[in-house]
Formats: sequence, structure tokens, C-alpha cells
Amino acid sequence: MNAILQTKGLMRMFGGLTATNNVTFSLPRGARHALIGPNGAGKTTFVNLLTGVLAPTSGDIFFDGQNVASWPAYRRARAGLARTFQINQLFLDFTPIETLGFALSEARGEGAQFWRRIGTHRGVVDESVDILERLGLGDVLTRRVGLLPYGKQRLLEIAIAVAGKPKALLLDEPAAGVPEGEREQILQVIEGLPAEMALMLIEHDMELVFRFAKSISVLVQGALFAEGEPAEIARDPRVKQVYLGESEVEHHFEARA
Amino acid sequence: MSDTPLQADRDKAFAFLKAQARWRWPEIALWAFAFASILLMPSRALLINEIAILALFALSLDLILGYAGIVSLGHGAFFGVGAYTAGLLAKAGAGAAPLSDPTLGLLAAGATAAMIGYATSFLVLRGNDLTKLMVTLGIALIFQELANKFSDITGGADGLQGVTPAKVLGLFDFDIYGKTAAFYSVTVLFLLFCAARVIVHSPFGISLRAIKGNALRARAIGVPVDARLRAIYTLAAAYAGVAGALLAQTTAQVSLDVLEFHRSADTLLIVVLGGVGTLYGAVVGAAAFKMMYDFISSYTQQYWQFWLGLILVVLVLFVRGGIMGLIARLTGQEERA
Repeated sequence: MNAILQTKGLMRMFGGLTATNNVTFSLPRGARHALIGPNGAGKTTFVNLLTGVLAPTSGDIFFDGQNVASWPAYRRARAGLARTFQINQLFLDFTPIETLGFALSEARGEGAQFWRRIGTHRGVVDESVDILERLGLGDVLTRRVGLLPYGKQRLLEIAIAVAGKPKALLLDEPAAGVPEGEREQILQVIEGLPAEMALMLIEHDMELVFRFAKSISVLVQGALFAEGEPAEIARDPRVKQVYLGESEVEHHFEARA
Repeated sequence: MSDTPLQADRDKAFAFLKAQARWRWPEIALWAFAFASILLMPSRALLINEIAILALFALSLDLILGYAGIVSLGHGAFFGVGAYTAGLLAKAGAGAAPLSDPTLGLLAAGATAAMIGYATSFLVLRGNDLTKLMVTLGIALIFQELANKFSDITGGADGLQGVTPAKVLGLFDFDIYGKTAAFYSVTVLFLLFCAARVIVHSPFGISLRAIKGNALRARAIGVPVDARLRAIYTLAAAYAGVAGALLAQTTAQVSLDVLEFHRSADTLLIVVLGGVGTLYGAVVGAAAFKMMYDFISSYTQQYWQFWLGLILVVLVLFVRGGIMGLIARLTGQEERA
């Protein structure tokens, strides 16, 4: 079994609405996978179920061989399942160095230490700086996060998620809202992530998807609709059909057909 | 290769983090003044004692409100539990060590309040802010009525009489001018303040601020949010218990008043007045609150709350961050974090 993350018959209802419908899904170790689907397909709900923000109505979630469906979010994170958020979830009155130092301390299991000030572990500080430099945040180490440009904040989202060297990382629209000129930097950061880290990209931007993904799943109305290699998905007329009306995406399929 | 840009940035970050927790001279001056004031104004020793106790109580509320974002209208429950614990111990020892030893009284009060804080934290940490306000308020009301009901232990409405603490550290007797009391309370406040200062600058402290800032993200990083909040709530309860113990020991009595709602409300007011999430706001706010009370009530005994209310409204609406925020602005320091 070479999957790092798996679901079996995963269901989530919101009242009468089925947001996630019987999803059986598998993410191999070191994957470069994309999860796509039209607006409202339940992509973010699926990520929230995987990471423990939401509890499934039924079904199982296996991470690294263990059934984590009933684990709280923080335990899954500690086990090595990280994510970024579609809408920035940052600590606005921290600085990037504090943010990373905090994330690293938690990953090292030192987050409950109350008897020493932060920054005394030289190794944590150095590693925080290294990660921030690598992700293009070296020039804003001690600026307040809330004052950073949006593109830098998006990069910090990724920096926090990779700080703990997760086994799997779920990237929820990492480039959402980022101005054209700064997108390339985010793409390069994602492409530069370690090969052994399984990545699942949730994305609307087909250019990004087809550039990044080795495999694609299509989610429609909460259910898995199609799975395969990018070329297969691009050729699949049913996939094209569900995207009808979303002209930008449609165009992308046309170009590849 | 110690002068590569990367190494320079590492050093810069290291120095930056170190500077965050450094003692600054106004802090040292403030504490020097707090101790000196007892010698300089011996006639004010009782007032200084009251301020120190109020400051410690406010400090404990700032730990949960300012650093962890837990709102409470019932923090007085822990203050009252601490006061009765220390009072009953001192009474039981009849003025002799070991039972009447003030230090033992503080520890016992802190421990008792901590236990109750931990037990009730499971209730308090459920639900949203409004739920928290109501649950904390409810718990405080329950304790108040319990103290009233079990009057054979607490003295009920007559108060607990015969609270006779022994000498502090076996050396210093409590005098009627309150000099020992003031030194004792200011010292305890200072020590617990230093401990709180270490804690808020620690990895644990920064995780609390992270939870307050964004609990969703904190969980996604792997922070056991509930456990951390329970820990700080328990610690804050212990601090409040010690503050209550100081009041019982230095005034040699405990009345039902220690559990009154106005204490919780006043303390919340003091923290907001001083500046939430600054630690010093609690100390400065307590001093300002008491001195304002003294000053205004020397002119108008009855209507002092009118002026207090007016000042509070002005401060909250027009000066963000209370007195500490005002100081930061006046000295041109960017309000950080």
C-alpha cells in the first residue's frame, strides 16, 4: 500500500445537502496531484474533512496507515498532514520570523514550553530564516504580517505549512487572488518542494493544474467524477461538459483537445 | 563563511527575537518606584497594598483575556476561593506557623483556585464569547451562593473573623499601618509578574497569542488548542486565588464581598483601562483605577462612578489600547503585536 492519504466512502451532509458524496480516493506518497471541479463542487469541504476541520458524516480517512477520521485537526497536523488555506489564515500581528519559529517549535513538540523565551533555540531560528529565505520572504523577516503585500502573505501560508516537513500537503488554491506578476514565484515555490512530500493542489487555474499535476481528480457535486492523467482528463468530453459556462476553463480544454 | 547574507539574516532574526523580551528601563523604573513608594509615602501603604492586590487580580485576567482571548465575567470566583482558602488556613492556625504561615496560605490558595479553574475550564471553553461570559458569570454566582449557604465555614454574611496570619517568612509582622502588607503584596505581585512575563514571551505564550489570532490556523499547525487554553485558564485562576489570599491576609478578614460580581466587572474594567494584552496595563490600570477613585471620591462621594464611566467611555472610544496604548502613542512607539 503506497498511499499516504486515503478515503473510503467518505460522506458529509449539511442538513439535506450532500457536500461530499461517497468519495473513495487515494493520494500516493510523493504525489503531484490536482483536485479540480467547478464552483461549488465541494473541493474545500473535502479538504476540511481530510484535515479534521469538519467531521465526516460517515466513511473513513487513512493517513500514513492509520484511521484518522475521528482525530482532532491538531493531531492530524502533528502526524504530518499539512494544508494551506484558500483565504489567508495568518497571525496578522506576528512577524514572519515569529510565525515560522512558532510553527517549527510546535512541529518539534516544544510548543508547550513556558519557561524560556522564544528564539533561544538557535537551530529553530536558523531553520525559520532558511525556510523564509527559500520562499522569498527573506527581506520581510521582521515586518508585521498584516502589513505584508498579498503575494508575500500567500507565500507565508505555504511557508507555515511546509515548516514541519509534512508527509502530505494540501494546497487550497495557493495562487488565488495573486496578481499576475507574482504568480510565477508561487508556482516555482510549489515546484521546488521536496519530491517525497505528497502534494494535492486544489485549483481553478487550469494553467497551473496542467503545469503541475501528474494526475488529476475531478470532483462534481461532491462526488468523484473522473480520475486520470492530465492528458486523459483534458480529452474527456464529460469533464468538458461539467465545465460548460466557465469560459476560461472551457477555453483551456479546447486548447488541449 | 559567517558573513554571507543568509548568516546575516539569521543573526538579525536572532537579535530581533531576543530584543522582544528584553527588560526596558521604564519597566525597571516602574518597579523601583512601586517599592520605593512604600518608603516615600508610608501613610499611603494601605492604598499601595490595595493597588498591588488589584493589579495581581487584573494581571490574572489579562493572561486569559489579553493573551488567550478568553472573556470572563466571573473571574472573581477564583479571587474569592483564594481569599477563603487563605483566610480559613490562617484562622485554623490561630496566628501561629505552620498553618497560619502567609506563604503557605498563598500556595494553598493558588492551588485550590487552580484546581477549580481546571475543573471549570472544561465548561468555560465550550461555545462562543457570549456563552463564555454567561458560563463564567454563572459559575461565579454559584460560588457566591455557596459561600453564603455554608455560613458555618465561611461566616456567611458576617464574614470570616479571626483571620490571623503569622509573620511573613517568620520575620515580618503585619503592622496596622500596612507597611509590611504593602511590601508583601508588592513583592508577590512583582514575582508573579516576572513569571507571567517569562510565560507570555515563551513558545507556550506565543501559541496562546496564535490561538487568539487564528485558532483555525493554530490547529492546522498542530497546536492542541483546548489543552493550551485549559492550561492558561488554570494558571490565571491560580493567580487570582493568590490575589484573593493577599487580600484575606493583609486585611485579616474575608467577607462575602470577595465573591461579589462587581469585583469581576471592576477587574475587566481595569484591564481595558490599562490596556489589554500588555501585562503592564493591569498594573497601571489598577493604580489609575484606585487613584481615580480616591481623587474623585474626595470631591464627590456618591457620584464617582459617573466620572469613572465617562473616562472609560472616552478611553475605549477614542484611545485604542487603554493607558498603555496612549503611552505607546505619545512616546511614538509603534504598537507592536
